[in-house]
Amino acid sequence: MDFDDTREEAEFRARARAWITKNAPHELHTELVNAPFGHLDLRSVDAVQAARQWQSRKARDGWACLSWPEEYGGQGAPQMHTIIWSQEEAVYSRLGAPFLVSQGSLGPTIMTWGTEAQKQKLLPPIVTGVDIWCQLFSEPAAGSDLAGIRTRSIREQDGSWTLKGQKIWSSGAREADWGVILTRSDPDAVKHHGMTMFFIDMRAPGVVVRPIRQITEQSHLNEVYLDNVRVPDEHRIGPVGAGWKVALTMLTNERITVGSHMPTGFEELFSLVNQITQSGVPAVYDRSLRSRLAGFASRANGLKYTYYRALTELSRGGEPGPEMSIMKLVAASTMQEIATLALDLQGLRGAVVQEGMDDNDDRFQMMLLRSAGARIEGGTDQVMRTIIAERVLGLPQDMRADKGIPFSAIPTSPNQKAPAAAE
Amino acid sequence: MNFDFDSNQKSLQSEMRRFLEQRSPVSEVRTVLDGKRPFQESLWSELGEMGYTGVAIDECYGGTGLGYLELCLISEELGRTLAAVPYSSTVYIFAEALKEAGTEEQKQKWLPKIAKAQTVACFALEEGAGSTPLQKIKTRYADGAISGVKKPVVDGQIADVALVVARDDETENKCSLFIVDLTDETRFERTQYKSLDPTRSLASLNFKMAPADRLGVPGSAEILLSCILDRAAVFAAFEQIGGAEKALWMARDYSLERFAFGRPIGSFQAIQHMMADMYAATVLARSNAYYGVWALATQSDDLGLAAANARVSATQSYQLCARDAIHIHGGMGFTWEFDCHLHYRRSNFLAVQYGSLSQWEDRLVRQLCASDGVEID
Ligand SMILES: Cc1cc2nc3c(=O)[nH]c(=O)nc-3n(C[C@H](O)[C@H](O)[C@H](O)COP(=O)(O)OP(=O)(O)OC[C@H]3O[C@@H](n4cnc5c(N)ncnc54)[C@H](O)[C@@H]3O)c2cc1C
Repeated sequence: MDFDDTREEAEFRARARAWITKNAPHELHTELVNAPFGHLDLRSVDAVQAARQWQSRKARDGWACLSWPEEYGGQGAPQMHTIIWSQEEAVYSRLGAPFLVSQGSLGPTIMTWGTEAQKQKLLPPIVTGVDIWCQLFSEPAAGSDLAGIRTRSIREQDGSWTLKGQKIWSSGAREADWGVILTRSDPDAVKHHGMTMFFIDMRAPGVVVRPIRQITEQSHLNEVYLDNVRVPDEHRIGPVGAGWKVALTMLTNERITVGSHMPTGFEELFSLVNQITQSGVPAVYDRSLRSRLAGFASRANGLKYTYYRALTELSRGGEPGPEMSIMKLVAASTMQEIATLALDLQGLRGAVVQEGMDDNDDRFQMMLLRSAGARIEGGTDQVMRTIIAERVLGLPQDMRADKGIPFSAIPTSPNQKAPAAAE
Repeated sequence: MNFDFDSNQKSLQSEMRRFLEQRSPVSEVRTVLDGKRPFQESLWSELGEMGYTGVAIDECYGGTGLGYLELCLISEELGRTLAAVPYSSTVYIFAEALKEAGTEEQKQKWLPKIAKAQTVACFALEEGAGSTPLQKIKTRYADGAISGVKKPVVDGQIADVALVVARDDETENKCSLFIVDLTDETRFERTQYKSLDPTRSLASLNFKMAPADRLGVPGSAEILLSCILDRAAVFAAFEQIGGAEKALWMARDYSLERFAFGRPIGSFQAIQHMMADMYAATVLARSNAYYGVWALATQSDDLGLAAANARVSATQSYQLCARDAIHIHGGMGFTWEFDCHLHYRRSNFLAVQYGSLSQWEDRLVRQLCASDGVEID
């Protein structure tokens, strides 16, 4: 057991630090520190543009997508370099928000399922930040029950495909160049078969993107309508009918990325309790409060070290263990509890969502609003618990009404009867 | 960075697990629970013969000289099997205190005995309900002897030596640690208490001019205790994790066998989600404990923080797993016959041994403040 850098790691850290000191967009530092978790909004500059600039600078000097193979623009570096890099990149890593899908989940999925041509075409522009991706999975009638998607992909005579349907909750779809989309190619196959994965040009004819106003007042989420969008067969990821398997690869990577990047807000809370006074003394003097703080601290630390354990496993060439499945579940609800406590400590000031009213900013207010979504995105708390129960603890699947029958025969509303085949 | 135990350490752990499965099945533990024996004496001797009580004791004192990482893995297995042995009093506390502050003579006298499990120690700090701050200690050391009442004392009923915290007459009202031989029963009285966890005995020790041998320089109790209790917190955390995981997997296994409404109860989502939360708590606790033992083994400046962090997390995790394991067993979980209550008892016992949860929570926050350069009272 060794937490310290090896000599080689220390040397890498020093080089990374020196490069960051020289090249980071220091003018954005304060704004990034204060930026609320989630979708990146910067007041002084266009966030996506700033993100792209930082990414391309990193790529130019060989600091982007460190663990990816060199032939696709990465550095073929050991996993440990990735964590050292992100520790050193610190607050500037928030500029990576627009690349969460492309680098965190789509890239690894292409490496697993893509053809050689797809890897060569798609991966390098992800590394340089030229291409931004969005994930088109959820639909109005398919969220937790993702395998219930209905967006159709229909094969044409010439081998190309036509896509029809609607996606929803697509983060960053307006900024995205490409979308990775799960479709139903065979409605008569059973539910988890008959799906196929594609990627589409977000500016292709027939793709219509409409923003959704969120509880945060931001509109990072979107509805995406697909009105007979033509897609060449070269844009298919994985075999026809294997869409669910490809989706699982993508979701597994997403959960690791989201889980390991999701902050809990503990550091912010801790500085608040040292600053804000109650009856004339800093709040941290209150013993009953300390008990809650300790609980949050040990959760936040536990998440950090769980991530280190997973990285240790990865750096030996293994798969991250089942521990990782707890990350997002724990982080999201901790963040919500922390935000609630922070508002409590602020008293009625806690109800003000405004910067510059006093020394306090509005980050806990934004955190309160945003954390509600954190418990939903990428698998709700319930879905995450079910995954742990089934895959880690080996418990039996819950009863399901949709097993073993053609997708087209599955009931979708209370007044539909399940078909005889299911009984 | 490498955040895992190495393969030698892991094989030591599986060896230990196999050994305990054979030598300390629950039926053995239950003989202590039922009051038929004060502790598992033969297991204790065997632990000594196998070198398990001396893993963190240098070879020159009869130990195997391995280290804290190995000690933690042994603790984890002892926690998993609920072994009723005075390991923690003797190994976590007494041996560490000797290693930290003992004279060569004291070390020569006691460490080889510990390494062979030929002695049972107890740690006599508390003097009644509530935590006992050193300023309130009434037990006194004067003219080479200790007088005063210590209660409750874990393993006080079975120990042959006590590590006693007492006000030292040779200082200005400060406390020191003292070694008191408990083989001469004329100088003290012991009274057994009924323990919440009968596999961990409790007693009061009433010292009447009992001859004592000071450990460390006069007045050093405060500094020594904070160092020794940080270590004990890490060891105990592993013990708690062993117990927590065992309770979780017991519940999991039961939930596959027990049917209700025509299906295994483990297929009900309410039950599944309870266990998912238990699992999450054990993962957090384990990761925090790894950090704790790393800080310990490397003598990191972060030890105070890392130990409190590990301890808080492990206590919460074991308490949660033990109480929900009962719940998942339904009425059966409430019986004497099922083992759930052993973990319920042990988890709540460990939660208050070596400083209770709220004290460690407090210490964790103080340490966080201290690492930011802020002192709080
Ligand atoms: C901030 C944010 C960003 C997102 N980004 C994207 C994106 O980029 N791309 C994308 O494709 N999707 C995205 N999503 C969608 C997200 O994946 C879904 O919202 C989520 O999977 C839940 O689906 P749903 O909204 O349909 O809720 P539902 O599935 O209708 O769930 C409603 C409630 O029922 C519970 N529930 C459902 N099924 C079960 C069950 N079997 N057992 C117990 N409880 C159950 C849920 O836990 C929840 O509490 C995003 C969502 C949010 C909030």
